[in-house]
Order: sequence, then structure tokens, then C-alpha cells
Amino acid sequence: MPRLPSQPLLRLLGGVTVSAILGFLLLPALVVTLAAFNSRAILSFPPEAWSWRWFAKALAYDDFRAGFRNGLIVTGWASSIALVVGAAFALALDRYEFRFKRTLETVLLSPLVVPHFTVGLGFLILAAQLGMARGYAVIVACHVVLVLPFVLRSVYISLRNLDPRLELAAASLGAPPHRVLTTVTLPLLVPGLVSGWMFAAILSFNEFTASLFVTVQRTQTLPVALYNYVREYADPSMAAISVMYIVVTATLLTLANVFFGLAKVLNVEPPR
Amino acid sequence: MSLPAEGKYSAAATTATRPNRTADMAVELDGVTKRFGKTTALDDVSLLVRRGELMTLLGPSGCGKTTLLNLVAGFLMPESGEIAIDGQRMTDVPAYRREIGIMFQNYALFPHMNVAANVGYGLRMRRVAKAEIARRVADALALIKLAGLEDRKPRQLSGGQQQRVALARALVIRPKVLLLDEPFSALDRNLRASMQVELKEIQRKLGVTTIFVTHDQSEALSLSDRIAVIAEGRIRQLGPPDEVYRRPVDRFVASFVGDVNVLRARLERIDGAIATVALGAARVKVPSRTLQGAASGSIVDLFVRPEELRPAEHGAAVAADGIVAAQSYQGGHVDLYVDAPAALSGRVLLRVPRHEGMSLWRAGARISIALAVDEAIAFKPA
Repeated sequence: MPRLPSQPLLRLLGGVTVSAILGFLLLPALVVTLAAFNSRAILSFPPEAWSWRWFAKALAYDDFRAGFRNGLIVTGWASSIALVVGAAFALALDRYEFRFKRTLETVLLSPLVVPHFTVGLGFLILAAQLGMARGYAVIVACHVVLVLPFVLRSVYISLRNLDPRLELAAASLGAPPHRVLTTVTLPLLVPGLVSGWMFAAILSFNEFTASLFVTVQRTQTLPVALYNYVREYADPSMAAISVMYIVVTATLLTLANVFFGLAKVLNVEPPR
Repeated sequence: MSLPAEGKYSAAATTATRPNRTADMAVELDGVTKRFGKTTALDDVSLLVRRGELMTLLGPSGCGKTTLLNLVAGFLMPESGEIAIDGQRMTDVPAYRREIGIMFQNYALFPHMNVAANVGYGLRMRRVAKAEIARRVADALALIKLAGLEDRKPRQLSGGQQQRVALARALVIRPKVLLLDEPFSALDRNLRASMQVELKEIQRKLGVTTIFVTHDQSEALSLSDRIAVIAEGRIRQLGPPDEVYRRPVDRFVASFVGDVNVLRARLERIDGAIATVALGAARVKVPSRTLQGAASGSIVDLFVRPEELRPAEHGAAVAADGIVAAQSYQGGHVDLYVDAPAALSGRVLLRVPRHEGMSLWRAGARISIALAVDEAIAFKPA
């Protein structure tokens, strides 16, 4: 019988492997973070001297400020609309049997397989035809389509995990359907709704490929503004933006986890 | 409503209450049929539940008993037939206007509300004044002995406590009918027994009409005022526990309710309502109605409860001979499993007192079995 490696050795190897994988995952963020504090005007690694100046520059740069504001507008509308639409579809898919149910499900989840640039190009052509290529509406519509699958999935999973007997119990206690919805169903869906919204928001705020097609100078979102910037300049203010982005997102996710038990919802349990 | 056929053999009980039936009846089902796709879950079922009564729907899983409960609750609508509660037609009234209380197997407490909010939910839905809600919730919690736990969330309670909260939540709205869906199956054995007693006490005290669904025949026998034995979407027998246990109307009821031995016996003769059946040297009287068409001298299946058999004493008429296969100590008594050719399954179950069971009838011992009763029930061979 071949000798097995000893327990401590196995544990050590396991620890090293896991650390290596985590390190690999975090490597880009680490490099960018260090680069953001470089005092010299080049994107180099590792930096030779340290400075906060690129953060100041990034925050003061007009295109970034506009991009941030545009991004908030688009993200706010897109993820909120996607939440309402996605929740409604999730409810329909969970509660009702109808013809073409599978087809509807496939269509709703299709943006996961259609490349973003295809969606963007499609909306660009459509918007040009309708003469509305210059406003926020087309960007918002485009983002809704892109983030809808994530919202749908998140709400759908929460619904599947909801015991239907809770709603029956509420009805038996005298709650008409709309009060069952407001006092039992929705409160219990809050974690799913919040996480769905947050996913949508993060994805939408981050979205670049499709946004490149449907934005114009006046409406460009932050990722598009960053892209336009990097075509002209290569200083660490972009890295500074990235760092701020990571910090804000991580903070939001942590808060959501603390208040709504996000981890529970994301822990994709198989439906009953 | 036409008079529902309540199961042929309990007609006497129905007749007695017929004159002002609606006034006495809390729940009436008349010719109710429910289908799911091509399967018929309930087939033309009629049932009357008297006010204040604890009626058990007993049957194997998939027999339709839970469907019946859901129809009374208003969670399902029947394909045909009528349902009335307290004399009012309820067939197409939605659940939230039926004034029923229901307790589920998993209790279905609202996880995001504390105990007080759970119990007070039905009162809030009725827009009862705050002070009144507080008073009635406190009363309900006192009734189920959980005062002081108002602020706990359901997940912080034990299974038994959760069940009490679910019961209080259902009762606090003073329902016209209390529906219990396998309420004890999630509890461990000791807790189950004490909760059963407590439930029965509360039910008596409040006089609330209760429909109780279970597949556990001993639970049904111990708790019910009447039992409706259901199989394949139909009520096979309806009557008090003792009647269902001692006078089962068919083979299914006889074998589903309680333990039973099926022994091959010979029909000697039929004298009107009574028939005489011979089992070995023993003779026993059985009702003749379950033997319609059987000829004298033909083989019939004699159904005998384990406690209706005993080891034959010297000189007693021996009904069957066998060899003890195993004994099982049950505390108060001993179950003897006896290999006997006379039994349809080849094995007979005997319930004997503890002292004689343990010492006299060890595995391998030869045993002669006598009947401890002179009445039993027999059916034509299946």
C-alpha cells in the first residue's frame, strides 16, 4: 500500500493552493491599487514614490464627474426598472402555469448568452431608427435588458425558497391577497429583492461594451469615460478611480450582507 | 342540499340529528369532487361535521384527506359539489373570508414576526383595536402556556413551542372551524403524547369544531369524537373510534385502523344478521352483512385484533396452532409473533400480559391459540 502524505503536509498544501488562488484573484486589484498611489505620471508597477494626487485629479476631472453622474442616473433607473419587471416575471414564472413558459424563461435569460456588443449594437440601430439615439432612455433600456436575468434569478430563487404555506396561513387568518403580498410575501422577499437590485446596479454601473454603442459624449457613463481617457492619457488617475470603485462596492456589499443576509440569498440553493 | 350519504352504517347517528341538521352542523360537504388533471383526488364526498366535534380524517397518504382539508379551508375549489360552514354556502368564498383557523404540519409561523405579531396577525387583518389585540394575544398565550415569550422569533422556539404559537394564532380569531394538518408528526414521541392531550383539552374547553387530518390510526383513535376513514378519494367509514375499530365495514378499514390478524376460517351458517364462523375447534359469531353471497362451508377471512387472541388454556377450544417466532417486550404487555398456517400472512400477532409472555412463550415454543372473544368480523376472501 503506497504511503499517504501525512495530514499536516496535506493541510499545508491545501492552504498554499487556496492562498495562491485567492492571490491570483486579487492580483489585478492589488496592482491597480499600488499603481494608484504612484506619484509619477505613468502607470507603472511597483511605484517608486507615493502620493494621493491622482485621486484628487480623478475627482476633479470633468469627464469623470459627468460620467459618474450619468452612471448613477442610468444605474438608478435601469436597476430599479429591472427590479420591478424582473420581480413580476419571477412571480409569474413561480406561481402560474401557462403556455410558452419555458420559452419566456429562455428569452428572459438570453442576455446571458448574447454578447453585450450585440445588444449594444442592436439598441444603437433601433434608437437611430426611432430618432432617440441621444438620450438616457436608450441607455437605460439597454441596461435593463442586460441586468434583467440577474434580478430575475435572484428574486426567483427567493420565491422558490418561500414556503407557500406561509401565504396560505395568512389567507386563512383573514388577509386578502394584497395584504398577504405586503405583510408576508414582500417582507420575506426583501433579501432577494435587495440583492437583485444590488447586482443589477453593480453590473449596470460597470457595463462598458454595450454602453460604448449607445452613449454619446454628453451621456457617457464612467466606464466609457475611462475608456476615452485611456485612449489619450495613461496616468494613474484611472487606477485611482478603480480603487475608489472597489472600496465603494465592497462597502455596499458588506452593508447589504449585514442588513439583509445577502450571503444567504447568493448561496444558490437548489429549488425545493 | 340533499341528505348526504354519510357512510351506510352510521346512518343511525345521522338520522338522530336530521330535523334541524343545518343548525347543528359546523361543516357540510355535499357531493364534493376534486380532480387534479386526470386523477380524482376526491370523488363525490359528502360529510357532516357537528358543531364542537373533533372529526378526524384518517387515511393513507394520497387518499385525499389533505385535499378535503384544503377544500374546507378554501385553498382549493371543488369541481362539483357544495361546501357550507355554519350553514352558509362557502363553495366559492375565498379562504380569507371563511373564518377558519389552520395549523400546518410545519406550523408555517411567519419567520419575520415575533410571537406576539404572529398570534395577533389575524386580529390585525380584522382591524381590531390595538388594545383589544394586546388583550386577546395575551389571553391566547396564557391559554397555551407561553406567556412571556411574546418577543421571541419563531426560530428561537422549540418545536413544541412553535406548535403552541401556531395553535394560538389559529384560535385567537375565534374560528368557526379549526383545521389541523398532521400537526403532531414533526414532534418526538413524548412531546407528541402530551401535545395531543393538551390539544384535546383546549379543543373541549373552547368547544371549537375541529377537523384533524392524520395517517396515524392510533392518534385518530385516541383523539377523535368521530373518524372518517378515507381511501382513494372516498369515505369508507364514518363513526366513533370504537365503532370504526370494532365494526369496520370493509377489509380496508379493518386492516388500516389498528393491528389485525387475518385468519382463514370456515363459514358454518348464516342466521339472519348473525353468521357463525369456525376457526379450528373454536366458534365465533360475526355480522352476516359483510358476508353477503358467501355459501355455508366456504372459506372466509376472519379479522381478529391481537388482544382478542390468547394462548389456549387447558380444555379451551383451540382456534389455531403455531410456533412462537419472536416476542417483543412492550412494557405493559408482550407482543408474540406466531408462525401459524391458519393466518393469511402465515403469521399471527398476539398481545399477552407481560409476566406470562416473557417466560412461557419464548421463541420456538409451540403455542395453541384461543379466541378471547365470541364476536368478531369476517369478510369474503379478497
